[in-house]
Amino acid sequence: MTTLPTDPGFQETPERRPPDLGFRELLRWAWRQLTSMRTALVLLLLLALAAIPGSVIPQEGVDSLKTSQWQDAHPTLTPVYERLGLFSVYDSPWFSAIYLLLMVSLVGCILPRTAVYWRALRAAPPRAPRNLSRLPQHTAYSTQEEPEVVLARAREVLRGRRYRLATDPGGGDSVAAERGYLREAGNLLFHVSVLIVLVGFAVGSLFGYKGGVIVVVGNGFANNLTQYDDFSPGSLFDPARMEPFSFTIDDFDVEWVTEGRAQGMARSFVSHLTYQTSPDAAPQRYDLKVNHPLTVGGTDVFLIGHGYAPVITVRDGNGEVAYSGPTIFLPQDKSFLSFGVVKAPDAEPTQIGLEGLFYPTYLKVDGDPVNVMGDLKNPTLSMLAYTGDLGLDDGKPQSVYVLDKSRATRLVKPDGSMFRVDLQPGQTIQLPEGAGSVSFDGVERWNRIQISRTPGKYVALLGVVLALLGLLGSLFIRPRRIWVRARPGEEGTLVEVGGLDRSEGGDLAAVLAGIVTALREGEGQKVDVHE
Amino acid sequence: MSDAAWETLSNQAVAVAGVVYFLALLAYVVEWSGLRRVPAVSESAVAGASVGGSVAVATGGPAPATPLPQRSAMFERLGLLLTAIACGFHGVALLARGLAADPNRVPWGNMYEFTLAGTFFVTLIFLVLYRRFQLSWLGPIVVSFVLALLMVAVLWLYDPVAPLTEALNSPWLVIHVVSAVLATGAFTLGGFTSVLYLVKDRRPDATTGYVARLPQPATLDQISYRLHAFGFPVWTFAVLITGPIWAHQAWSSYWNWDPKEVWAFITWVVYAAYLHARATAGWKGRKAAWLALVGVATLWFNFIGVNYFSTTSQHSYAAPAVVGRVALSDSPGGESLTSQG
Repeated sequence: MTTLPTDPGFQETPERRPPDLGFRELLRWAWRQLTSMRTALVLLLLLALAAIPGSVIPQEGVDSLKTSQWQDAHPTLTPVYERLGLFSVYDSPWFSAIYLLLMVSLVGCILPRTAVYWRALRAAPPRAPRNLSRLPQHTAYSTQEEPEVVLARAREVLRGRRYRLATDPGGGDSVAAERGYLREAGNLLFHVSVLIVLVGFAVGSLFGYKGGVIVVVGNGFANNLTQYDDFSPGSLFDPARMEPFSFTIDDFDVEWVTEGRAQGMARSFVSHLTYQTSPDAAPQRYDLKVNHPLTVGGTDVFLIGHGYAPVITVRDGNGEVAYSGPTIFLPQDKSFLSFGVVKAPDAEPTQIGLEGLFYPTYLKVDGDPVNVMGDLKNPTLSMLAYTGDLGLDDGKPQSVYVLDKSRATRLVKPDGSMFRVDLQPGQTIQLPEGAGSVSFDGVERWNRIQISRTPGKYVALLGVVLALLGLLGSLFIRPRRIWVRARPGEEGTLVEVGGLDRSEGGDLAAVLAGIVTALREGEGQKVDVHE
Repeated sequence: MSDAAWETLSNQAVAVAGVVYFLALLAYVVEWSGLRRVPAVSESAVAGASVGGSVAVATGGPAPATPLPQRSAMFERLGLLLTAIACGFHGVALLARGLAADPNRVPWGNMYEFTLAGTFFVTLIFLVLYRRFQLSWLGPIVVSFVLALLMVAVLWLYDPVAPLTEALNSPWLVIHVVSAVLATGAFTLGGFTSVLYLVKDRRPDATTGYVARLPQPATLDQISYRLHAFGFPVWTFAVLITGPIWAHQAWSSYWNWDPKEVWAFITWVVYAAYLHARATAGWKGRKAAWLALVGVATLWFNFIGVNYFSTTSQHSYAAPAVVGRVALSDSPGGESLTSQG
């Protein structure tokens, strides 16, 4: 991030280790090491290396489900990985350490470079070296024009090409010119912008939050903590600052492709919302679609998933309703074959649990149940029934999508054969052993809504855009020095043109050739020598 | 034309492009085999020859001084012509692929189409820069690479035309993917020149054969730098500007540490280190070339590898649907609408 400070004192030290110095000098030495170019490069590469584990090992913050599955599958590795922070690499101390050191290094580079740049900006182009032919790029020609005429034209040509000329040529035999001062400005802008991006990113992850909720179509949602299914706040997030909006999903449309190659695929999803920005505000309508979030103040509402919620009613052995309502089934594949669980803990005499599949378009092919497509052409439920202890009474939290069958027994027909709750809408089936009955009353839909608030996102965006601008400047603006010398020679005036590119990638030879051409083309034309 | 006809046209155009690329490769092979025993005149000799002009020398023109033997020269032109024709068919294949979809769309909705588009851009950049950088020596490499990837695409990645998934249905698909693929093309060519640099640098004194006719190491280094200097801002635009904007629209947060994002970031950091090393540490040559190769490795791993090695990626269009999210927690994903490129 900065050029290695060339302190003569250090170069005399044979080994690169802190000299036997006091605390202040030690600090100084450490600072120099940290802000040295080499350290910055090593830190950059370390950052790349450190990011790799997070793409291989499932991350808590990215996919908690996957992470817990992985942890269950690798009981020996899990504690080790946990200690190393490998399940949340990007928040881990060692990852943070790398980028914080990089930032310090960055600042340690920006400050001195800005000072150097400030001085360079105001300095005149350096005078021509005594021997231009020693420059890596140079050319020469002879002409019959007077040296002053050639030099005056050189000034004109170079100024026309937006070179800065030495203010005081000193009446000498040469012209000094320089251009490309903005390259370093671009460079500095790029480095400062990286800091801006980081600030924006940090603000977002500290003060922002992200949460998800499944809402059955027809129902509503109000933006407060208790309504979320999952919620991950930033560490400085303040629930009191959540925006008090609310919405109701009035309707949900899916367009199913019924012919052609994409048959059975869902095409466009629209969730028709009515929302209020606050409890007293007037209701407004919005069509929520993928890629078209609803923005309320600083909070964004996204449609990210949908599925079916069959309305199921369970009556217990006494004929009392033990469970009733739309039950969220989770899609297992693109055809919306869905998995769901019903728990009726209050059923008498024993608790009743159901677990199984929902087929939106059921078809029996060669005796096997098949789901043809996601549209509701032939909705069918097919579940297994359990009675006994569902494990809900010991107070341990349990997922609503998992049935604990360890202490429950599966119901079978009186003759011991397989019993399945196979239902179509409007049908009811009696459970064996007088355990009760199950009715399939209809099908509703649900939407999975993601809600997030990311303060600082525009700061981050601004930072990246500025970084790109700075980058373009630092890559494509070419700082360059040109010198033209004209003096009497054997065949009239000997004109020498030399140049120095202070960046790589340029084609200096072509530039010199262009300048020579311009100088020679102007021969014979009047130039104001006493400019 | 019907959609099916467009798709057939696309498949046929890919086949024709493959054949013509192969013919181009043959032409290059003939060209270079003809040159095997002909000594190449080194550039330093040329430098001495052009009087008064370090100007003429340092333009970096890698052209060999002696004219090529006629047969080789002819096959060089033939190879270039065939490459251009193949590129034309390649473009037709891509275009037809987009027109085969209903509704019409940009032709990069799955891995097959990405590979088709990526290789097309590699050839296109090569042809555009051919004169400027005098890239005749790069012809055989580019053609073999594109041919190999096209085969991989047709054999293993082929997917019939299908409408875009919902999340891909966004104008950002055009901007984000075009910039990403363009940068990929530039970085890939930069990777080739870096490899050739390392080869040439090891045997700078070769007088015959392919290596002898490569430009001087300094020129290769320079071309490599320019390709990377072009690719890096484009990559920055793709990965750090359009990517996050789109991610925010589709997935609700602009940076998710999704494996594809992580690897794009890694690639970015490696190339940043490359440019940085060149700019301030003066790491030209070998070290820079190795860094560039690390960069291109991460790039291609991201392009193809991540789709197969990672199952959590939302970019994973290669994974078989979004199966198995049987909920074990209270926060199910549901059928994800939002897998995207």
